[in-house]
Amino acid sequence: MDLTHSPADEAFRTEARAWLAAHVPAVPLPSLETEEGFGAHRAWEAELAADRWSVVSWPAAYGGRDAGLLRWLVFEEEYYAAGAPGRVGQNGISLLAPTLFDHGTEEQRARVLPPMATGEVIWAQAWSEPGAGSDLASLTSKAVRTEGGWLVNGQKTWSSRAAFADRAFGLFRSEPRTPKPHQGLTYLMFDLRAPGVTVRPIGRLDGKPAFADIFLDDVFVPDEDVIGEPGQGWRIAMSAAGNERGLTLRSPGRFLAAADRLVELWRGRGSPSQERERVADAVIGARAYQLFAYAAAARFLDGEPIGPESSLNKVFWSEYDIALHETALDLLGRDGELADTDWAEGYVFALAGPIYAGTNEIQRDIVAERLLGLPKGRR
Amino acid sequence: MRFLLSPQQRDFARSLDAMLTAADTPSVIRGDHTARRALWSRIAEAGVFAPAVPEAYEGMGPLPVDLAVAFVELGRHAVPGPVVETVLAAALLAALPEPGPAKRLLPGLAAGETVATVGAPYALDGDAADVVLAVRGGELWLAPGVADVRPSLDPGRRITTPLPGGERISSRVPGHAFDWARLATAAQALGVGLALLDRTVTHVTRRVQFGVPTGSFQAVKHRLADAKTALEFARPLLFGAAVTLAPRDVAAAKAAACEAAYATARTALQLHGAIGYTAEYDLSLWLTKARALRTAWGSPAECRADVLSADVLSAARRA
Ligand SMILES: Cc1cc2nc3c(=O)[nH]c(=O)nc-3n(C[C@H](O)[C@H](O)[C@H](O)COP(=O)(O)OP(=O)(O)OC[C@H]3O[C@@H](n4cnc5c(N)ncnc54)[C@H](O)[C@@H]3O)c2cc1C
Repeated sequence: MDLTHSPADEAFRTEARAWLAAHVPAVPLPSLETEEGFGAHRAWEAELAADRWSVVSWPAAYGGRDAGLLRWLVFEEEYYAAGAPGRVGQNGISLLAPTLFDHGTEEQRARVLPPMATGEVIWAQAWSEPGAGSDLASLTSKAVRTEGGWLVNGQKTWSSRAAFADRAFGLFRSEPRTPKPHQGLTYLMFDLRAPGVTVRPIGRLDGKPAFADIFLDDVFVPDEDVIGEPGQGWRIAMSAAGNERGLTLRSPGRFLAAADRLVELWRGRGSPSQERERVADAVIGARAYQLFAYAAAARFLDGEPIGPESSLNKVFWSEYDIALHETALDLLGRDGELADTDWAEGYVFALAGPIYAGTNEIQRDIVAERLLGLPKGRR
Repeated sequence: MRFLLSPQQRDFARSLDAMLTAADTPSVIRGDHTARRALWSRIAEAGVFAPAVPEAYEGMGPLPVDLAVAFVELGRHAVPGPVVETVLAAALLAALPEPGPAKRLLPGLAAGETVATVGAPYALDGDAADVVLAVRGGELWLAPGVADVRPSLDPGRRITTPLPGGERISSRVPGHAFDWARLATAAQALGVGLALLDRTVTHVTRRVQFGVPTGSFQAVKHRLADAKTALEFARPLLFGAAVTLAPRDVAAAKAAACEAAYATARTALQLHGAIGYTAEYDLSLWLTKARALRTAWGSPAECRADVLSADVLSAARRA
C-alpha cells in the first residue's frame, strides 16, 4: 500500500497548481445557473481548454492530456483547492464523452468532443420525463424513422443547464411494442435550437433557472447523431450512468477543498465546541472519500470495472455534501439565512444530490441487491 | 501511488480468517482461560503480533498495514483477550529510549508466549495477562498484577485495575505508541462491523415473514445498504491511517470505524428481532463488542477533537 505519488505525477500536480494560480479568476464568477454566469463559465472553459486543462484525462487528439485516472484525481484536488469555478461543461464531459469513447463512432468523437472540450458546445442530459423519473425506462418520447434520420416527439424535463445549453442527448422509444420497457430505445443527440424544440427554464429552489423542460415537436435528428445501434439505447446509456454516480461527477478534490473551507469558517467563528464533531466529520468524510477514490482508481487500473460500487459512492457523496453545507449554515448563524453567499449556493446545490443521478433510494436498492446479494423485492 | 493491499496481505487475511473460523471463537469466549490461551498462541504463531514488534526484538515490524489486516480479522471473529493492549505494550516498549525492557519482554510478545496489557487507567483482561504495564503520572511501570476484576458489556472482555508498586521501567511514556492502540482498535471495530453486516445479510435472506424473506423489504435493504456504505468508507480511512500513521489520520480512522461498527450493530440487532437480543445467540458477542470498542482508546468525540486539533488544512496536499 502506497500513498505517495510518483515524481512524474507530482510534477503534473506542480504544473497544474502553477497554471491555476496564474489563471483562476480573483473575483468569483457569477452563478453558472444564471445566463450571465453561464457565459462567464463558458469563457472559463475556453481558457482552461486553451492550455489543455479542461479534459486532462482525454486523449490529446480531442484536447486532453492523456493524463489517466490518478492524474485526473490530482488535477481535481488542485483545481478545487485553488478555488476555481464550477464546471459548466460537466454533463457533456462526464456523461456523454465516456459514452462516445465506448460506443460512439470515430466520426462522432472527432465532431463532438473538441468543441465540448473548449466549451463552445455545452451539452444537457435529456433523460427524465414527467412520467419517467426513477422509473426511467417507462419513458414515452418517440423517435420515428424518416428519410436520413429520425423525427422526435415528446417532452423531457429537469434537464440541468438546458436553459442555456446548446445540445442535448437522451433516450427515445423507437419501437413502440416491446416485451420489456428497456427494449426498443434509441440513444441520440439533438440540437436544442433545432426547429421544433422549445426549452422552458424551470427555477430551482432558489429561483435560478438551473434546469429546464424540453418540448420536442417533430424535431429532425440525422442518423449520424444516433449513438450506437438503434434499439440498444438502454444498455449504452446505462454504461455511462455508472460514470455519473462514480467518481467523475464529484471528485474528491471538491470535498477536500470544501472541508478545508469549513474548518476555516469554524476557526473564524471561534471554534464553537457544539459544532466540533460535525466539522470533524466533514474533514473525516473528505479524507475517506479521497482514499476510497484512490483505492477505486487502483482497482480500475488493474482492469476491474467500476460496477455497482458507484452506488455506494453516490449515496456517500450526496449525503456528505448536504451535511457539510448544513454545518456551514449553522456556523454562520443568522447569516446562514442569506441567499447570496457561496455557502448558500452550495447548500441549495447539495440538496438535490440525493435526488438526481438516480435517487438514493434506488442506489440503496442497488447496493442491497447487487453488493449484498439480498433478494429482489417489488419495485 | 497504489492504494491496494498486496497479494501477500490478502493471503494473510484469508489464512487468518480460515484459522479463526475453524477455531470457533464464540465457544472460546464462552469457555475458560485454557481455551483462550490456546487461541492466543495460535494467533501469535499466525503472525498477528509480529507486525507490532520491531525486527530487532524478534518481530517483523513495524508493519502497521499488516497489523491492520490482522486486526480486521480478529474483529470479524470477535477474538477475545487484550489483543490491542498487547500491541500497545509492544509499541510502548519498542519506543523506550532504554532497550532493557524491550529486550526482556518483546520476544515473548511476538511469539505469543506472553500476554500483555496496559493500564491507562484500566488494564483490559489484566487477570489473564502475564505482563501488566501501568501508566502512572507520566511514567511507565511494570505492575505486580491487577485487582478489582469487573465485567464489561462485552462478555469477551474484563475490566481490571493494575496494583500499585512494581518496577518503574521508564520515566516517560512515548505518546505516539497510543496511535498503535487506536489503529488496532479501529481495525478490530471495522472487522466487528463487517461480521455484523455479514451475519445480518444471511439472517434476512433466510428469515421469512409475510411469505417472503425479510431481506426483500426495502426498509430492511436500505438499513443494510447504509451500514455497507459506512463500513466501506471507514475501510480506506483505516488503511490510509496505517500507511501514514499520522495521529490525525489514526483518529479519523478510529472515529469512522467505531461509528460505522456501532451503527451496524444497531441495525443488526433491529433486523434480527428478538433473537438478536439474546445472550445465547452468537450475534450478541459482536453487538456488545461494537459498543465496547467505541470508547476504548479514544471515544468518537475525543478522536474527532484530535482530527481538528492538528493542522488540518489542505488535506489534499498531504496525501
Ligand atoms: C437538480 C436536479 C438536476 C437534474 N438534472 C437532470 C438532468 O440533467 N437530466 C435529466 O434527465 N434529469 C435530471 N434530473 C432529474 C432526476 O434524474 C430525477 O429527479 C430523478 O430520476 C428522480 O425522479 P423524480 O424526480 O421523477 O422522482 P420520483 O421518481 O417520482 O421519486 C420520488 C421519490 O420516490 C422515491 N421512489 C421512487 N421509486 C422508488 C422505488 N422503487 N423505491 C423506493 N423509492 C422510490 C424516490 O427515491 C424519491 O424519493 C435532475 C433533478 C434535479 C433535482
